[in-house]
Amino acid sequence: MVTQASPLAERGRDSTLEPVIEARRLTKRYGARVAVDDLSFEVRPGEVFGLLGPNGAGKTTTVLMLLGLTEPTSGEARVVGVDPMRDPLEVKRHVGYMPDTVGFYDGLSARENLAYTARLNRIPRAEAAERISDLLAQVGLAEVAAQKVDTFSRGMRQRLGVADALLKDPSVLILDEPTASLDPEGVVELLALIERIALERRIAVLLSSHLLDQVQAICQRVGIFYRGRLIAEGSVRDLASEGSRTQDVVEVGAQASDGHPAGVDLLTAALRGTPGVASVAPDPDAPGRVLVTGAPGIAGALTSALAATGLHPVHLRTHEERLDAIYARLVHAAAEAPAAAPEGRTVSLAPAPRRSIRRAPGRAGHRRPERSDQDGGNADRSNRDGGDHDRGDGHDHRDDDAGGPR
Amino acid sequence: MSAPATAPTSPGIAHPRSETRPPSGGWRIVAAKELADHLGSTRFVVLFVVLGLAGASAVYSVSQQIVSVAAGVRSTESLFPLLFTLSASDIAVATQQSANTPLPSFVALISLLAPLLGIAFGFDAVNRERSERTLPRLLAQPIYRDDVINGKFAAGLAAIGIALGAVLVVIAAWGVIQLGVIPTAEDVARIVVWYVVAIVYIGFWLALATLCSVVMRRAASSALVAISAWLIVSLFGGLLISTVVGLLAPVSASPTTAEVIANGHLQDALTRISPDGMFQIATQAILDPHVTAGILTIDQRVAVAQQGVAGSILSLDQSLLVVGPQVLAIVALSVVCFALAYIAFMRQEVRA
Repeated sequence: MVTQASPLAERGRDSTLEPVIEARRLTKRYGARVAVDDLSFEVRPGEVFGLLGPNGAGKTTTVLMLLGLTEPTSGEARVVGVDPMRDPLEVKRHVGYMPDTVGFYDGLSARENLAYTARLNRIPRAEAAERISDLLAQVGLAEVAAQKVDTFSRGMRQRLGVADALLKDPSVLILDEPTASLDPEGVVELLALIERIALERRIAVLLSSHLLDQVQAICQRVGIFYRGRLIAEGSVRDLASEGSRTQDVVEVGAQASDGHPAGVDLLTAALRGTPGVASVAPDPDAPGRVLVTGAPGIAGALTSALAATGLHPVHLRTHEERLDAIYARLVHAAAEAPAAAPEGRTVSLAPAPRRSIRRAPGRAGHRRPERSDQDGGNADRSNRDGGDHDRGDGHDHRDDDAGGPR
Repeated sequence: MSAPATAPTSPGIAHPRSETRPPSGGWRIVAAKELADHLGSTRFVVLFVVLGLAGASAVYSVSQQIVSVAAGVRSTESLFPLLFTLSASDIAVATQQSANTPLPSFVALISLLAPLLGIAFGFDAVNRERSERTLPRLLAQPIYRDDVINGKFAAGLAAIGIALGAVLVVIAAWGVIQLGVIPTAEDVARIVVWYVVAIVYIGFWLALATLCSVVMRRAASSALVAISAWLIVSLFGGLLISTVVGLLAPVSASPTTAEVIANGHLQDALTRISPDGMFQIATQAILDPHVTAGILTIDQRVAVAQQGVAGSILSLDQSLLVVGPQVLAIVALSVVCFALAYIAFMRQEVRA
């Protein structure tokens, strides 16, 4: 399906297996509002699929349709081979689900909460007790198993939510915004937990999130979801490097030895001759920085090259794994006509998206101009939003990233 | 389509594919959990104590009165249920004594307080799952959606049954000691029948409160609405009815038979649609074997006058016959109210 499979995408992915989640042209309307628009995707066993999009993009609605908790207006879904609308119980028997902001009965202990879930799943009492102890240990809550849940922190609740979703020994795990409102440490812990589970149990994991950077590390494939539509789908690498997987794009900023920022010309001169560098161009988003295209792992060589010319690198960022920038651009592109997207950018996906990224069927070219023609006001608004998002996000993360570990 | 057959079998994945397909009975699991919650809750203890104290004081005062006029009471065939139906002041009036306590009878107290029981176990049934954000997780388990509301309703009824039953048994036993009279089998049967009818009546309030909890997001507003309904029906209901009757079918200073009958018909009709009115009629008829004109509708009164059976004593089945329509109406009200809550819950989006 993905045109060029990457090693990352191949990790744990086996295309010979039947997909365990299939969405075919799923559409959900609430009155005039379209929450999910003609959505198609599939997830295979052992795969971690990230459904990424801003709040209100329709992620939770999609998840509820997959679980048979909301009826699609049109289109259909298959989960573990079953139509959730026809046999919701069969689906729910095999799907572990953690809703966004998962809640527990505050008056009951962690163990009692899980025991209730076990009873609802008709797990025999003795087996349930064993599984609960195992899972609580796995998620690091064994010591507080007997404590009432109202004493739990957010992170503990989320981890308990994972244990709860795993209790039925599911073949599919659906996690809705698992990292939302967690502190950075909690996010790292939870994602490590999810990744470990996905690897150990070889189950399909569908992860929805608006926090792209956080989840990209553990998703083999992602779908970018915007205003109910899937605007791009593929592995993070596919999305990031647009087919040029043999290349890294590095954003470089440096200071001259006198402490002033080194200009674009100085940087270009310093880096152009470095072995492995294919091209150096000014960064259109950040004045005073350049984008270097070159062989994978070029960043180290660039640092040496800068040092050799007496420049101090203050900013060095490899582009290809930065999902947030791609995402912002895609969202931006979805909201405006393709022609308006910046040209000449190695990582810009907007002008030629179809080469390496599987688009949702019938989505790619013809609709977007229509949109901006017909919904002038809407498109304007989203342009502005998208633009703000793009700028704001980019800057924030760049600042965070300067000098930080990759 | 046969779901398990079409499901993929993936090697290396332990499918918890159930050998049997036991989808039914999910409501029992929900009910068991809810009932355990109820029984351990503060509100259960508080209601139990309130109900017990109210009942005990009513029965205590009336038993004192009954004992003090024991000579007159001896001729009564069915003495025991009087313990529940009479208030101390009733006896005081009947025997021209001064009543030292203005306490109403046990059943009057219960019919006043009973709705509170129903409301207490229903007003946050569904919206609490929402505010604790447990509803999506609960519904993602392999149970039907109606298992949730059925289980909660069943648990509420069970909690009410336990509270009311325990109070009734304790007070009856205490009454036996106070009165020194052993209830006959029919007395016991009357009390049991009344208990069942009372549960159904409280079930109406439970269903109403559950409906509120489905429709209203906040437990506080749900409780307020349910309690307002209780106040209107229980406290101001009689007042409202007589006002409406007086306005629509006035009886002149020198009343004609037609006027009185029309007035009576309207009074009956309105009382019949008031759940509280119906429960009181049913209570009196079930617990009191004496046919007193007060409990009968105007038509029955006419029939009684024509047949000259006034003052006779009815057996239990005859008593039930008299109040059959009321009992049925209470059952119907409860069912309709629960059906509304059920439908509202089934049609609601899972997401808030």
